[in-house]
Amino acid sequence: MTTSVVSYPTANRPRSGSSVFGALSDTWAMTRRNLIHISREPMQLSDVTIQPVMFTVLFVYLFGGAIALPGGGRYVDYLLAGILALNLVTSTMGTAVGLSTDLHEGMIDRFRTLAMWRSAVLVGRTAADLLTSCLCALIVGVVGLVVGWRAEASLPSIVGGFLLVLLFSYSLTWIAACVGLNSKSPESAASFGFIVLFPLAFVSNAMVPTQHMPGWLQAVADWNPVSAVCAAARSLWGDPNPAGSIRAWPMQHPIEASLIWSLVILAVAAPAAAHFFRRRMIE
Amino acid sequence: MVAELMIEAEGLTKRYGETEALAGVDFSVEKGTILGLLGPNGAGKTTAVRILTTLAHPDSGRASVAGIDVLKHPAEVRRCIGVAAQDATLDPLLTGRQNLTLVGELSDLGRVASRARATELLEQFELTEAADRVLKGYSGGMRRRLDLAASLMTRPPVLFLDEPTTGLDPTSRQHVWDAIRELLVEGVTVLLTTQYLDEADALAHRIVVVDRGRVIADGTPIELKQASRSARLHVTLTAPHPRAVEAITPLVAGRVHVSDNGRRLSAGVDASSGLATAVVRALDAAGVLVDNIEVRQPSLDDVFFSLTGGHIEEDEPQGGADGSRQSDVAEEGVVETAPASAPRGQGDGRQQLEEARP
Repeated sequence: MTTSVVSYPTANRPRSGSSVFGALSDTWAMTRRNLIHISREPMQLSDVTIQPVMFTVLFVYLFGGAIALPGGGRYVDYLLAGILALNLVTSTMGTAVGLSTDLHEGMIDRFRTLAMWRSAVLVGRTAADLLTSCLCALIVGVVGLVVGWRAEASLPSIVGGFLLVLLFSYSLTWIAACVGLNSKSPESAASFGFIVLFPLAFVSNAMVPTQHMPGWLQAVADWNPVSAVCAAARSLWGDPNPAGSIRAWPMQHPIEASLIWSLVILAVAAPAAAHFFRRRMIE
Repeated sequence: MVAELMIEAEGLTKRYGETEALAGVDFSVEKGTILGLLGPNGAGKTTAVRILTTLAHPDSGRASVAGIDVLKHPAEVRRCIGVAAQDATLDPLLTGRQNLTLVGELSDLGRVASRARATELLEQFELTEAADRVLKGYSGGMRRRLDLAASLMTRPPVLFLDEPTTGLDPTSRQHVWDAIRELLVEGVTVLLTTQYLDEADALAHRIVVVDRGRVIADGTPIELKQASRSARLHVTLTAPHPRAVEAITPLVAGRVHVSDNGRRLSAGVDASSGLATAVVRALDAAGVLVDNIEVRQPSLDDVFFSLTGGHIEEDEPQGGADGSRQSDVAEEGVVETAPASAPRGQGDGRQQLEEARP
């Protein structure tokens, strides 16, 4: 070790981190870090790779024959939007667990002593999760085509359907971020998935039409944002959408309802997550 | 010329619930020097570092780094500091190189510059071979070196090292020490916390001893040792002699302690030049044959224990201690290079101690 380790006064002083460029490059660095994590432990991805395949096969071949759609149509065409929503909604658990893990390891202290845009920790995490969600959407689409799903709509309309579901799941990652920031351990953050995400995904029209549910449950399901998102995707894809005959407002206007839900959740959860993050940083 | 102060802490206090982590701590570090913040576990060392590195807010007091107020301009302070915290704060799933590059990019060095700097540091810390391995497979010493490298990515003028060698084997420890000494050549200012007296003695220009959230001593290693005035004379006679104690009593302070059936004598002394010669002459004049004589300067262990009120037993050193350290001349400033053991440890920590009381 003979070469100079440090020079003083600082030769190449870091650029200002307060600029928009600095914030973006910090976010990108954090996003890449989270993507590297996934490449190291590919099983982390099982919820967006293996799970969609399993659910699709399970529902199409096992339950599909027993489910009759009000108004007719093939179950596989109905199911695909539900499979996509189910997988994306439950995968947001990864955001909560990942963030909680970061907070409980020493790494966060290192970040805090760097001249970085601190919110990059949050934005980079949700951005990486959005990218894996895109991968999930691709897998669901391909598996769907293999098992016989067909969309009767224009390409922009089909893409729009996917984007709508992705937007909704992105907004949910910010709720998951709030949970991760407030949980005592990565394990308790994981329980968020079972307590909140599974009922949210299943008490909806994702897998089965709500028409056969008991009245009170149907009311809950029809107002569940997941139902609006599934109905919106079905209508954009030209797939059977029995919810169109339900009088609840979100079922009559699923696209508008999905957008409103997503934007309202984002508008509330993102600033809340930033607030919780700042609060966690005060010592 | 007044030296520039790169780190200043004034009256820092901090409570965590019921625990008073800092109860008014003052110290400062001159540019281009190493300050050793020395104290047992829970003394408040880490809290002080967390405040100075913008991780924690003090309840009261003032702190500045590189002339910048830590409380008013934390973002500016972060541009001037490198931090290697006590627990390795690196990403276990990234490779060594990826970790360094990430730190560089987050510090807005830019991607190209970050990569170049990472390669440079990996080489300097002899981590090139392991550079592209995931951190999980690194040894403790390699992690610490990488942590140190990460803290140097932006070439910061001020460096904080929180217990950089805790838990390392002696070789890795020496490695980290060498790396820290290298920094001095470059004019970097370092605040180093440690539980190890020999580490503070080996590296620091000044030592601030903290205990229970307070500064209990502040000075150069030599000043601290002199202040304790606890030098000790050890004489081993060829055979017990009735006039030996009488002969050396005028030369020592206090009572002469006799052991090993009268063969070994020890006593506290005011270390002065020529003392060993005077003792040998006095014994010779009394017809006493001497096998071994040693004047031991207080080690920092002695100083530390006398300051913190550490528990010391009046005990002759273990048989091997004298035998293995035979010397016929009075040693100036003998400093133990202790194994990596906690100074408060009831076991090996005490083996280096030899009656620290004046």
